[in-house]
Amino acid sequence: MTEYYKAEDLEKFGDVGKHNPELFKKFIDWYTSSLEPGKLSKREKVLIGVGVAHVIQCPYCIDAYTKSCLEEGMSLEHITEAVHVASAVRGGASLIHTLQAHNAIDRNSL
Amino acid sequence: MKTFKEKIGETSLQSLEALDLKILQVNIGYRCNLACKHCHVSGSPGRREVMDVMTAGQVIRVLTENPFETLDITGGAPELNPSLRTMIREARNAEKCVTVRTNLTVFFEERLESYPEWYREQSVDLIASLPFYLEEGVDRVRGTGTYKKSIEALKILNGLGYGTDSTGPSLSLVYNPQGMYLAPTQCTLEAEYRRELQERFGIAFTRLYTLSNMPIGRFREYLVRTGNFDKYMDKLAAAFNPATLSGIMCRHIVSVGWDGTLYDCDFNQALGHATMAGALKKIDDFDYAALVNRSISVDDHCYGCTAGQGSS
Repeated sequence: MTEYYKAEDLEKFGDVGKHNPELFKKFIDWYTSSLEPGKLSKREKVLIGVGVAHVIQCPYCIDAYTKSCLEEGMSLEHITEAVHVASAVRGGASLIHTLQAHNAIDRNSL
Repeated sequence: MKTFKEKIGETSLQSLEALDLKILQVNIGYRCNLACKHCHVSGSPGRREVMDVMTAGQVIRVLTENPFETLDITGGAPELNPSLRTMIREARNAEKCVTVRTNLTVFFEERLESYPEWYREQSVDLIASLPFYLEEGVDRVRGTGTYKKSIEALKILNGLGYGTDSTGPSLSLVYNPQGMYLAPTQCTLEAEYRRELQERFGIAFTRLYTLSNMPIGRFREYLVRTGNFDKYMDKLAAAFNPATLSGIMCRHIVSVGWDGTLYDCDFNQALGHATMAGALKKIDDFDYAALVNRSISVDDHCYGCTAGQGSS
């Protein structure tokens, strides 16, 4: 995996915009605005970020949002709780699909 | 990265000058019972730099003969200097406020157990290092067992009225990051410290200061060793906040090193950058009028005090 994911590449994220700066700028503006404190605090937003980062299994995002959590004064206890919530939602999303199997069985059974 | 001097040149101030001089800060030695990974003076039990009785006497003379309001004592662990009690007593007799920056754990060293009670009797305000409210964060930075001792010390202080009696001297806690990231905002973390320390141990305190780690001393060694020095400096510089410049510590204090040398702050003191106020290099040459109008000696480590919400 190391040939695919290099920590230093996180700092080169801006290179993604080279071939379509206009679209990339729109993304960055959106991304930046979405993390600004609003009804949710910065702490709440980075906790959502770290949870999502784990569920989508993005090593860059995990790295970045873990640091953001530390900069918001949070600990591994906070991060672990957030990851459990995100993982539980993900687990639940898989489990609920058992009903698809139930329905399929009903459709294919006498 | 622009130099700090260049950065200041871009602001309306152009350069950094002292604003007032109400606090006399004195570092009475680098000897410490701990050897914390973030310590900007690289304090440890092995350090031999300790302010002698004569220099301590000169500090008190300067304090009492000039319109200072506060004596702010730091180290190392100030309690390891035998002159500490005399300095505090004389400062209090002269009706000056006294603040001591304590590491808390030193109260459990032999013959130093009476300090909490004595501090209370002398109405000394305490600024106590507690880098985080969880054990792992504290012990990782300050050494195994440090957290438990710190908690015990805070309970003793609470029992004496520190942090619990609003009419008495204050008990401030100090957070600092346990790595190469910046400190969170003070108000957010203060609420969390209050809740966690109260729920876990029934501990109260007056206020929390959140400080960033300065890229000097032992923390600088860590940054260099791990190849992160430039990255951390870039992070500090990117977080430069001109709004911090009016409250920045160096514009309101003068700092005296363990050997009587005068500095603009404790960080310049750790680096050996003496004050630029003409020939006023030593406490013997102390000239309040010249120092209150001095230019501050700055370098890139000053980004540590101007990042984000400020840190001094």
